[in-house]
Amino acid sequence: MRSTLGQPMPTNSQLDPHWKGILECAAIEVFAMMANSEITPMPEQPEQQQGEQTAMVGLAGALCGMITIRCSKESAVKLATRMLGEDAKSNPSMVGDALGELCNMVAGNFKSKITSLADHCMLSVPTVIWGEDYVMQMVKPNSGFQFALDCEGRPVWFSLVIHD
Amino acid sequence: MSKLRVLIVDDSSVMRKIVERSLRQAGLDLGEVLEASNGAEALAEVNKGKFDLILSDINMPAMDGLEFLRGLAGVESAKGVPVVMITTEGSEARVVEALSVGAKGYIRKPFTPEQVKERVAPLLGGGQ
Ligand SMILES: [Mg+2]
Repeated sequence: MRSTLGQPMPTNSQLDPHWKGILECAAIEVFAMMANSEITPMPEQPEQQQGEQTAMVGLAGALCGMITIRCSKESAVKLATRMLGEDAKSNPSMVGDALGELCNMVAGNFKSKITSLADHCMLSVPTVIWGEDYVMQMVKPNSGFQFALDCEGRPVWFSLVIHD
Repeated sequence: MSKLRVLIVDDSSVMRKIVERSLRQAGLDLGEVLEASNGAEALAEVNKGKFDLILSDINMPAMDGLEFLRGLAGVESAKGVPVVMITTEGSEARVVEALSVGAKGYIRKPFTPEQVKERVAPLLGGGQ
């Protein structure tokens, strides 16, 4: 893959231990600015990654993988309502669209904070899926991380998964 | 100055609404606001009539914002119409590319209404 500047992209970025904090920071900023929602670190991480709605954005180039956001349907509706400024409960496609766009902005904000990725990593358009009957596979140890932030008393899960 | 006829281009309908609300919060006097969900739909709108301002996402399926900008170059009704890109891209390269093919400015998502005003108002001439 080549960047838009025509330079070959350096590939195989290793997972950097700082990225978790950077993703957390990106998520907090995006939720505050676009959903007027204060999300905060949880003193204790919930054991299970729960949630019915998952948005994901693919990364390609210097870093290949994806960033996901997962939350309950209720949280997704609340976030969409805050973004739209009107009740989103009766509009499931808007709810999915809102979570997808939050994921898109979190991914973009995350990579813009990392110099080695900003110009060398492309984002896919977001995909949103419903359902709880799947698990996120980490292909090998150190190939990603996940964490939950508190959004009005409920966890919203964020993850970065890196592919070889 | 008469009310602004604006085209908002983004594959996210939620984002199109947020952009429109931000323009209103920024105090712009909006008239007709049309939406398109990709570059091809946007080009079709531009071919139908003249806009005072176009705001476009970069990363969209079907036809992205950069292809849209290139397509605008050949459209008579788009001459002199300011196009502002609204993008999640942390990539300077893609922003530079957008500016080189005709965009007049860009706004990075996430954004505040104040940032929208700062970037858009100077492009509109007097009255806004
Ligand atoms: Mg988009």
